[in-house]
Amino acid sequence: MSFDWKSYTPVIIPDIPNLHEIDVYTKNGGYDSLKEVLSDDWDPTKVVNEVKAANIRGRGGAGFNAGLKWSFMPKPDGGPRYLACNGDESEPGTFKDRKIFEYNPHLFIEGALIAAYAMQCSAIYVYIRGEYYSWIKMMEKALKDAYDKGFIGKNILGSGFDVEFHVTGGAGAYICGEETSMLESLEGKRGYPRVKPPFPAQKGLWGRPTTINNIETLSCVPLVIKNGADWFSGIGAETHPGPVLYGISGHVNRPGVYELPTGMPVLTLIEEVAGGMRNGKKLKGLIPGGSSTPILRGDALEGVNMDADSLREAGSMMGTAGMIVMDEDTDMVEMLWRISHFYHHESCGQCTPCREGTGWLEKILLKIRNGDGEIRDLELLIDLCSQMEGRTICALADAAAYY
Amino acid sequence: MANNYEFTPEDLKEIETIKAKFPEVMPATLPTLWVAQRRFGHVEPEVQHLVAETLDLPVSHVHGVATFYTQYYKEKMGKYVLDVCTTTSCQLCGGYDMLHYLENKLGIKAGETTKDGMFSIQSVECLGACGYAPMMQITNDVYVNNLTEEKLDEVIESLKADKMPEFESVGMPQHTERS
Ligand SMILES: Cc1cc2nc3c(=O)[nH]c(=O)nc-3n(C[C@H](O)[C@H](O)[C@H](O)COP(=O)(O)O)c2cc1C
Ligand code: SF4
Repeated sequence: MSFDWKSYTPVIIPDIPNLHEIDVYTKNGGYDSLKEVLSDDWDPTKVVNEVKAANIRGRGGAGFNAGLKWSFMPKPDGGPRYLACNGDESEPGTFKDRKIFEYNPHLFIEGALIAAYAMQCSAIYVYIRGEYYSWIKMMEKALKDAYDKGFIGKNILGSGFDVEFHVTGGAGAYICGEETSMLESLEGKRGYPRVKPPFPAQKGLWGRPTTINNIETLSCVPLVIKNGADWFSGIGAETHPGPVLYGISGHVNRPGVYELPTGMPVLTLIEEVAGGMRNGKKLKGLIPGGSSTPILRGDALEGVNMDADSLREAGSMMGTAGMIVMDEDTDMVEMLWRISHFYHHESCGQCTPCREGTGWLEKILLKIRNGDGEIRDLELLIDLCSQMEGRTICALADAAAYY
Repeated sequence: MANNYEFTPEDLKEIETIKAKFPEVMPATLPTLWVAQRRFGHVEPEVQHLVAETLDLPVSHVHGVATFYTQYYKEKMGKYVLDVCTTTSCQLCGGYDMLHYLENKLGIKAGETTKDGMFSIQSVECLGACGYAPMMQITNDVYVNNLTEEKLDEVIESLKADKMPEFESVGMPQHTERS
């Protein structure tokens, strides 16, 4: 791909000083998309269809078309309906949604309001991991400003549309990023994922229809309304389009969050965008989209692009686009042992294959790490993983088996 | 049961604001535990009782929640809790070196508190700051990024003088340099 990444102009987090302030945001066209959809030219179905046509694939990990997900909400019956925004961001390697909270919170708020209008929701909750205390404060301030300007609350901009919008925080539990665990946590309980069906669109928060979307996913929505579905779906990879926040960490010279189109060659991202490998070392491995996506060998990355199709072909997934780069000196066993410890620590313990399996993975990897590994142990690992995949309530066990 | 802990009127006002966000009282459990922990420094069983009483919820429920989530301190901790991230990106970039440096400097192991009650150290899971590794969070509050031994020395000195480091905004590398 001969895409000139240097000439790309960020739109999710544009280079505008103090854009987090509501006056700066509105001066730069902010909340115009909300005004647009609340005007007589639009109705909720038209918004859902436009967003569906844009093909915003969920940025929280699973890559599901956002508009299509919205269309699963049942018809309004007069009772409450919810949008729950997932700002748990606990997947190792992922640190992008906090950039939105810090640099462009109103884009997210506007996107969530448009989504709520499209699905006729009565309230929006944004759930932010408890560790992000500093960013929770930023969101509280941004929401207050949006309330004060009349973008949230009763009869928004005189349209007759009412919606409440609240921020609430977690308290340290990776599993609460799983959408039904997040709902449990929002309801004030331990974050045990729910058995599906029923799906949240049928029975979500307090048993009412609920849709869950990631922060970055919702932040794309005002851009789609402003520029059109064709504009969005014309950016980046054809089957997985749009601008995306790549979080690049590990052994590179310039780690950080970069906004670029989907479908970027991974080697361009590592060698050019992130400034190349630290200390001129060789690339040994890459975790492309957060710790739950399978690791790829450094010598097999030629021609691999950051989109669902290309990564599937290579044997991995897009996940959250949180790329962890490892150099030739990385001790793979050490790395695997630590991540197995993570999954064991974070398993909520409801399902036996997950609770026990993650424990055994960690034990065996610890044994190998300590130099006592036997060939038998590798067979045992493979066997364990096959018994964990697809046999549990949520995908944590699958994730633990993949890495 | 007589309780040694009491919310201030401001706390109670904050708890009312929290309750107003939700259609039921139970969702106030996590945020009220936060109010309690920020007030008392921990949520030991007596504090859990207070939260249960204040919200009129069963103690067993509050206890179940307090123990499920790792950020709640179920026992007294140091005045400053140093949460050093050691998950993948931090592990790759020297998170364990930073952890061990702190352990040696303060003469305690991860999971312990100094005798004077000033510092606790914990080795924690990914804090979502992977590009700024190695890093740590102080007492569930501010993030300190791109740690080095020198930076840790400075942070410890300033905490000894009861000064929290300031929030560091880490920009987007694509944005033009601004100061
Ligand atoms: C164990 C686990 C952890 C997850 N953590 C997160 C998270 O931190 N943030 C997030 O947005 N989605 C997370 N997800 C995905 C959510 O379940 C859900 O698919 C997503 O929030 C939907 O939003 P999207 O369609 O906009 O991506 C996680 C899933 C699993 C199984
Ligand atoms: S798979 Fe693991 S984390 Fe998910 S519900 Fe079951 S025990 Fe909990």
